[in-house]
Amino acid sequence: MDATIRLTVDGTAHEVTVDTRTTVLDALRERLGVTTVKKGCDHGQCGSCTVLLDGRRHLTCLTLAVAQDGAEVVTAGGLGEGEGLHPVQQAFLDHDGYQCGYCTPGQVCSAVGMLDEAKQGHPSHVTEDLEGDTDLTDDEIRERMSGNLCRCGAYAGILAAVREAAQA
Amino acid sequence: MSTETVEQTPTPITPRSVGTALGRVDGPEKVTGAARYGVEHHGEDGLADPLYAWLVQSTVAKGAVDAVDPAAALAHPGVVAVLDHTSAPRLEDTDDGELAVLQDARVHFRGQVVALVLAESVEAAREGAALVEVGYAAEDHDARFSADGATYRPDSVNPAFDTDSDQGDVDAALEAAAVVVEGEYSTPHEHNNPMEPHATLARWSDGDGDEVLRLVDSTQAVHGVASTVAPLFGLEPGQVRVTAPYVGGGFGSKGMPHASTVAAALAARAVAPRPVSLAVTRQQMFALTGYRTATVSRFRLGADTDGRLTAVEHRAYEQTSAVKEFAEQTAVATRMMYAAPNRRTSHRLAVLDVAVPSWMRAPGEMPGIFAHEVAMDELAEACGLDPVELRLRNEPDVDPESGKPFSIRRLPECLERGAERFGWAERSAQPRSTVDGDWWVGTGVAAATYPGYRMPGNAARVTALEGGRYDVAIGCVDIGTGARTVLTQIAADALAVEPADVDLHIADTSLPSASVAGGSSGTSSWGATVVAAAQAFAAAHGDAPEPGAEVVASADDDPLSGEHVFHSFGAVFAQVRVHRWTGEIRVPRLLGVYSVGRVVNPTTARSQLLGGLVMGLSAALHEESVRDPRFGHVVTQDLASYHVASHADVLDVDAEWLEESDDEFTPMGSRGIGEIGIVGTAAAVANAAYHATGVRVRSLPVTADRFLEVDR
Amino acid sequence: MRELTYVRASSAQEAVEAVTADADAMFLGGGTNLVDHLKLGVARPGRLVDVSRLPLDEVETRETPDGPVLRVGAAVRNADLAAHPLVRSGLPALSRALLAGASGQIRQQASTAGNLLQRTRCVYFQDVTTPCNKREPGSGCSALEGYDRYNAVLGASEHCVAVHPSDMAVAMVALDAVVVVLGPEGERRLPVADLHRLPGDAPQRDTTLARDELVTAVELPLTDLAARSTYRKVRDRASYAFALVSVAAALRMDGDTVADVRIVWGGAAHKPWRAELAERALVGQALDEDTVAAAVDTELATARTSEGTAYKLPMLRGTTAHTLTTLATTEDA
Repeated sequence: MDATIRLTVDGTAHEVTVDTRTTVLDALRERLGVTTVKKGCDHGQCGSCTVLLDGRRHLTCLTLAVAQDGAEVVTAGGLGEGEGLHPVQQAFLDHDGYQCGYCTPGQVCSAVGMLDEAKQGHPSHVTEDLEGDTDLTDDEIRERMSGNLCRCGAYAGILAAVREAAQA
Repeated sequence: MSTETVEQTPTPITPRSVGTALGRVDGPEKVTGAARYGVEHHGEDGLADPLYAWLVQSTVAKGAVDAVDPAAALAHPGVVAVLDHTSAPRLEDTDDGELAVLQDARVHFRGQVVALVLAESVEAAREGAALVEVGYAAEDHDARFSADGATYRPDSVNPAFDTDSDQGDVDAALEAAAVVVEGEYSTPHEHNNPMEPHATLARWSDGDGDEVLRLVDSTQAVHGVASTVAPLFGLEPGQVRVTAPYVGGGFGSKGMPHASTVAAALAARAVAPRPVSLAVTRQQMFALTGYRTATVSRFRLGADTDGRLTAVEHRAYEQTSAVKEFAEQTAVATRMMYAAPNRRTSHRLAVLDVAVPSWMRAPGEMPGIFAHEVAMDELAEACGLDPVELRLRNEPDVDPESGKPFSIRRLPECLERGAERFGWAERSAQPRSTVDGDWWVGTGVAAATYPGYRMPGNAARVTALEGGRYDVAIGCVDIGTGARTVLTQIAADALAVEPADVDLHIADTSLPSASVAGGSSGTSSWGATVVAAAQAFAAAHGDAPEPGAEVVASADDDPLSGEHVFHSFGAVFAQVRVHRWTGEIRVPRLLGVYSVGRVVNPTTARSQLLGGLVMGLSAALHEESVRDPRFGHVVTQDLASYHVASHADVLDVDAEWLEESDDEFTPMGSRGIGEIGIVGTAAAVANAAYHATGVRVRSLPVTADRFLEVDR
Repeated sequence: MRELTYVRASSAQEAVEAVTADADAMFLGGGTNLVDHLKLGVARPGRLVDVSRLPLDEVETRETPDGPVLRVGAAVRNADLAAHPLVRSGLPALSRALLAGASGQIRQQASTAGNLLQRTRCVYFQDVTTPCNKREPGSGCSALEGYDRYNAVLGASEHCVAVHPSDMAVAMVALDAVVVVLGPEGERRLPVADLHRLPGDAPQRDTTLARDELVTAVELPLTDLAARSTYRKVRDRASYAFALVSVAAALRMDGDTVADVRIVWGGAAHKPWRAELAERALVGQALDEDTVAAAVDTELATARTSEGTAYKLPMLRGTTAHTLTTLATTEDA
C-alpha cells in the first residue's frame, strides 16, 4: 500500500510516495536520491544509516517512513552551513577519522547527536557517578560512539576528531 | 584514442610530497556523504530508473532444484520478473562454479543463488523473493569441518605456492631436540564484512557499440571484474565497462567478482536496456561473498636449551567448497619466519558442501602466524626465555626457504623498539602474577610478516595539461586505503610538480589496466607504474611538454626475479586485562612497530596499520562465523551475532614504523602496508592473556568464557 | 496478495480497538525490533497500529498507599528514561540497564514498552529458513542441538532454549516494577516479573499479554532498596552486544549482614530470572565471595547446560558475587 508523506531533508521539503513497508533509509536513498545516508546492515546493527531525525540521532533503517510523516531529517550532507563543513566533519578530516568513508556520514551524524546528548547531561554505560556531571573522557566518547561500527578500524582518528569537536 | 604502451624501467624518485602527510584528496566527499558508492549511482548517465534485484537463496546444502514457482511472486505488485536456472540468460563459460549463476539445477551449498527477483522497488523485490517457492531434491551433505577430515592435498595454495615443503630432517631433529613444543591451534571462519555490502549496478546494451555491459561494482579491481565477467558472457573485456569510484571497504572479499556481480549482469541482460540495481544484504554476504576458512595448525617446534630452533613443523588443515577450490596458504609464512635447519609444512583441505571461501586480509599469514607465534610463546616459556629474546635468537641470515638474502629484514629492530616503547623490561617473567583491582594484567608479544608483492598487468597514462599540470590515469581502485592520495603524491614527485598540479583519475576500465587492490600490492604496483609512466613521459616530452602530449607506460622492472626476497616485518605488543570475576577481556594497549619500506603518506599509512591492528584485535576477541553443519550455513549471519570490534573495544592502539627505503623493490622505496597490521596481532593478545591469567588459549576468539572454570 | 496497512492511533483506546478488530494487526512503537522483523519475515502483520505518538511519554512521580512510585509512560524513549534525574538517583539499576542496552541511536528510538516486548535474538528465531518453535510452533527447536552460546540455562524446555534479550526488563524485575496494560476489557496491572513467561510447550508466547493488550505505563516503587541497586552486564563486546549474562541487584545491609537483597539474572532464561533461592540464602549472612557463590549455587541447582552454555554458571556466580560485593562496598562508602 502506498502513502504520500512529507519529509524535510537537509532543509529541503519533499513530498514523497512510499510503500508502507519503506524505511526512511530506503525513502531517502531510492525515492529521493539522497545517498548521503548509507546502508550497511539494514537491521540496526552498524550505525551507517544514522541521521538526526527531529534533532535526535536515529537509525533510518529501523524506521518506517510512513510513521515519520512531517519529520525533519538532517544527514551528513546537511550538517554544514552552505558549502562549509560542520566542525565535526572538519575534525574527521583533520584526524583522518575514516578510510573507506562508508560509515563516515553516520559517524559524523552520530557524533553531532551524541555531543548534544552529552550537553544535556545524559549519562552513559561507562559513567561512574550517575548523578555527577558529564565529562567526555576518551572512554565516554568511545562508549557513546559504539553504535557506529567502522570496519576500516579508524576508531583512533574518530576518537581524536570527536574529542576535538567536544572541546571546541 | 589509443596510445601504444611503452615499457619503462622506473628509477628511484626523489621524495618531495612522498613522505608527507597530505590530507586525503577525497576527504570532503566522504565526510559529507557526497561520495557515491556502488548502487548509489542510479540516476546517473544511463543508469536511471533501475529495477531492483533480490537474490533467492537455496535452503538445502546439496541437491538439485526441482522446480521454481514464481507465481506468487509475480502476482505481487511491483514484481516484474523472476529468473531461475531455466529462464536466466545462458553464460558462455560455466567453468567457475561460483560464477555459473542460475545455469543449472545443482545446489552446491546452502545459500547459493537459486532464483532472482526483479521489481520496481526494494520493498517489492524483497517481498517477491520471500514469495518465490523453490522445491528441492535434497541430498546428504557434509558441512562439518574437522582437521581429521581434511585429507585432500591441493596442487598448490593461494596464490601459487607449493602445497608442502620439507627441508632437512624434521623427525630426526625433533627426536634429538632438548625442548619440544607441540600444539594444535585453530582459527574460526571469519567474514570480511566491509561496511558497504557488495553491490552492483548493471545495464546491458544490445546491438552495436563497444560497450555492451556497463557495471558500477563495489570491487577492489575494476579491470579484474571486466576480465572475469566478459568471457562469461562471450564478450571481450573492452565491451565491459566497470567503474568503482568509491568502495566501502573490501579486505579481500571484493578482490574478485562473486556470484552477485554475475547475477546483476544476467538480470540486466534479461531486462535490457533497463538498469538493474543489486545490493547484497548483510545476511547474504555470509554465504555469497567469500570468507576466511577456519584453520587448524598442528605445530611441532624443536629447540636446543638456548632456545635455538632446530625443527619447525606446521601442518595446516582447512576447508574449501566442493564447487570451487580455494586453498589458503596458512603455513607458507612458516617457511621463512625463523632460522631452523629442519622445516616441514603442509596444507590439507576438507572439501565440503559449503559456501566458497576466498581472500580475507592477509590470507595465510593471519591464521598461520597466529599459530606460529603462540607456539613460540610456549617455546619461550619451555626454554625459560623472554619471548622477545627467543625471537632474536632465531633470526635467520637469509631467507631460510630460498637461501636468498632479504632486501631488508629488520624484525629485531621492530622487536627492540617495541619492547622499549612498551616498557617490556619491567615485565614479570611469571604468568598470573599481576593483579590491578579486579583485573589480571599481562603483556604479550608476537612477530608479524607479510611478503612484498608487485603485480603484473599495470599501465598508466600521463597527459600534459595547460599550465604545467598533468592528467594521470590508472584503472586502479581506492577502497579506503588512500590510493587516490598517495598516487597523487607519487605522480607529483615523479613529474616534479606539486600534488595540486596532478589531476588523478582511477577506478574506471576506460583507463589503463591496473591490478587488484589487494595483497598489500596496490601502492607498489600502481605507484611503480605511475613512476614509469612519468619517467617515460619526461624522456619523450621533457619537462615543458606541449599540452596534449601523452604517454602510456608500464614498468618492466621485476624485483621479484632478482637476487633478493622482499618481506615486511613487524612486532606487535599487547597489554591484556582479564576480569577475575567475570572473565571479561580488554586490551588497553596495542602497539605495532613495522618495517614496511618507505611510508608514502604517514597519515594514510598510519590509518592502514591501525586498521590492520584493529581488525587483528577484532579477530582476537570477537570474530567467529558459526556454521551449523546440520543446515550447512553460517547462522551468525549479521552484525549483531558476528561481532566486529566496536569503538569501545579499541583503546590505546598505536603504530610506528622504522625509517627506511626499499629502493630495490619500488622506485618510491615502499613495500606495502595493507595486510601486515592484522598479522601477529591476535597472537600478541592471546600471549598477553596467558601472561595475565596463566590460561593458554590456542583457538580464536579469546572470549570471557575461556577464563572461567567451567563446571557441570 | 498481502497488503500492509498503516494507521496512526489517536488514543490508546482506539489503538486497542484497532488491534482487537483485526487478527493481523500489530502495535508499532519505536519500531527497532518490529521493523527488523518485517524485513526478516519473522513478523508478517497485515496492519500496523502506530502507538508511538500517543501521549504516553511522561515520567512522573505518584504517591500511593504503599509509597511513592515513578510512573513511566510506555512511549518514553530509553535514552530519556536512562537520563531522567529520578531514575539516576532513585532507580540506578534501571538507568544502568538501559545504558547497557543496544546503542545510543537505538536508545533514542526504542520505547519503554517496546523494550519490554522485544523478542529473542536467537539466531534461529531470526532465520526463517530454519525450524523454530517460537516462530513456527511445532517446527522444532534448532538451537537445542545447534549454536548454543546464548542459550538459556534456567527454565528452558525441550521446545525452546531462547533467552529474553532485554536488559531493562531484568532491572525492572529487580525493582518490583508493575506494568499497566490496557485491553478490550479495560486496564489491568501486573508485575513485570509476571509479564514474561517460560517457554514450556508454547514458546511462541513471550509474555502473558493478549495480542490486543497495550502496555501504557510501567510503575516503579521508589524505595530505599531500589536506590541501592545496580546492573552489571557481561557481553562479548565492550558495547553494543546482547548479554552473555547480566545481574540486576539491590542490596540493603544491616551492619555486616544482608538485610534485604534482590538478584535478577539476564541472559539466563526465557524471562528475567529472579534468583529467589539465592536471595533467601543470603539474608542474614555476611557478604563475601564464598557466601554469594554458595547462594548462587542453590539457585543454579536446577540449571541445565550444554557444551556451549556451561560457562554461564561460573559467569553468573562470579558476576553476581562481584556485583553484590561491589554494591556492599559502595553502600559502606
